[in-house]
Amino acid sequence: MATDKKPIPLEFEQPLAILAQNMDALEKQLSDNPELEADLDRMQEQYSSLKRSLYLNLRPIDHLAIARHPQRPYTRDYFAAWDPNWIELHGDRKGVDDAAMVGGLLELDGIKVVAVGTQKGRTLRDKQQCNFGMPQPEGYRKALRLFRHANKFKLPILCLIDTQGAYPGIAAEEHNQSQAIAENLMELAGVTVPVVAAITGEGGSGGALAIGVANRILMLEHSVYSVITPEGCASILWRSNDKVSEACQAMKMTAKEILQLGVIDQVIKEPLGGAHHDHQSVAANLKIAIVEQLQELLKLSPQEVRQHRQDKFRAFGSFR
Amino acid sequence: MDLKDWFASRQKRREIQEVITQPLTTEEYCALWKQCFQCRELLYTRDLRTNLDVCPKCDYHFRIGALDRIEQLADENSFEELDADMRSSDPLNFFDTEAYTKRQDEASRKSGLREAVLTGICKIEGQTTALGCMDFGHFGGSMGSVVGEKVTRLTEAAIERKSPLIVVCSSGGARMQEGILSLMQMAKTSSVLKSFSDAGGLYISILTEPTFGGVTASFAMLGDFIIAEPGARIGFAGRRVIEQTIRQKLPADFQTAEYLLKHGQVDMVVSRNKLKATLARLITFHQSSASELEIEDNSSENSNGQGSSEPKPLGARN
Repeated sequence: MATDKKPIPLEFEQPLAILAQNMDALEKQLSDNPELEADLDRMQEQYSSLKRSLYLNLRPIDHLAIARHPQRPYTRDYFAAWDPNWIELHGDRKGVDDAAMVGGLLELDGIKVVAVGTQKGRTLRDKQQCNFGMPQPEGYRKALRLFRHANKFKLPILCLIDTQGAYPGIAAEEHNQSQAIAENLMELAGVTVPVVAAITGEGGSGGALAIGVANRILMLEHSVYSVITPEGCASILWRSNDKVSEACQAMKMTAKEILQLGVIDQVIKEPLGGAHHDHQSVAANLKIAIVEQLQELLKLSPQEVRQHRQDKFRAFGSFR
Repeated sequence: MDLKDWFASRQKRREIQEVITQPLTTEEYCALWKQCFQCRELLYTRDLRTNLDVCPKCDYHFRIGALDRIEQLADENSFEELDADMRSSDPLNFFDTEAYTKRQDEASRKSGLREAVLTGICKIEGQTTALGCMDFGHFGGSMGSVVGEKVTRLTEAAIERKSPLIVVCSSGGARMQEGILSLMQMAKTSSVLKSFSDAGGLYISILTEPTFGGVTASFAMLGDFIIAEPGARIGFAGRRVIEQTIRQKLPADFQTAEYLLKHGQVDMVVSRNKLKATLARLITFHQSSASELEIEDNSSENSNGQGSSEPKPLGARN
């Protein structure tokens, strides 16, 4: 995992980064001027109080920035951290292996699961291969065949979601992106095994929901979940690209807000500043939560677990 | 007749003539005439209407509203609306440049509808069918909580009545103003359609100009049969979004019904004037399992049990 690298500061973290730089500079001089120690201590205190207040008052767009942080742990990082011997399964069996959708067999504290998740890619080459985490229809069909596999062998399904959405492209339309997503929605609604989904970064629209019809849905603290990307929303409703912050605010897309709307079940805490500061602890916390949820769901009979999921989604909506 | 009278009546006639020859206002003119978007032919509105809003010259299919659609598909006076009073609330207190509640009122004023879908039970050539029609004229046909709920309840009604289900889709996608709850409607409708499918129900989805986004990626694409109207644009992502993403011009026929047909995404492209007959034929073709219901229905209506003597629909297999 990429924890050894220093976290790249985000735009709203700039004051913090400047302070840290000053502290570094001061530290270098410390060996020559020991009397600077008191200053350094003071700065240290200032740094931590600024950090606390900064992360306490995050705007929705700041959460989005953290959710999109290039050093944020991705699906493969989680899989590898949870089960170093996980078995990757490739391909949709129809001609394509979409790297944006990762699938495999994992063991989490003794619970065997079929896991799928969207993968963004770390290096430029990776990113291109993974299409920046935006699956083609073939990616959803790969997930679909794994869902069917899980249902056949009575294995619970785990989905990790971190995608801006399904890819909008010529080939994607030609190969019927809509149908691929719709079929996944229907299939997940009907499986008789427990399904747990976790949004680890961006939960973007139908492309996220296509692997998100779960009995229990978890979200990391700084992750977001929305019906359209805030950029898309801003350009459609405000007809302007500079209203992204307003769109983030209006759509109520942060983990806390989504929890309040009753769409998800649990928010998992991240280390101060976001998951990219400490991959190890985020992976551990998320695993504990997932295992807890799975253990509870495994107490239900196959029919009950299916009914539970259908009832859950049946209830969503607000009307008079 | 007195000569004076003759002059008076002559004068009157001239006045009437003058009234008639006065040019029509633009509004009156537009109400009377329409220009075809495709071939530019001027069409007399009344003729256009009798031709189901299809250009008689070039077969261009004009967009039609939910009410017209119901009139075209359902047998006369057979449509009984479900959940007619259901209205959206404003779960997010959404405000962009205007409040969502205000936009809703505006949309209703423009379309004359409460929501972007009308659902109900009707008869199509005598066969009881659950029918939902979306209306692009109301809020771009977007799917919020109400559209999702109405389609879900319609499907549940179809399960209960063991009747086939038809949904005429026309939508710009999910309704952003209801945020994540709109997205969840995709899962909700797909989930109930799974139950419907497991119960052996026949679902026919009709895609009309335009069908996009969250609606296409849920119930629109889940039909046992998917029928598209000629020339309708259907897709997941909008043309502009794709062009901006890939920075390429797209072919002219991209995402049209015919393009979808070529790429194996729809069963057939059916002209509006053949649509009702096609639906009726598809329903009768799959009648065998649903015929139990007909007998049940009749026996409850006729206490002396003459139900079985009712003529069976053509092609029904028992």
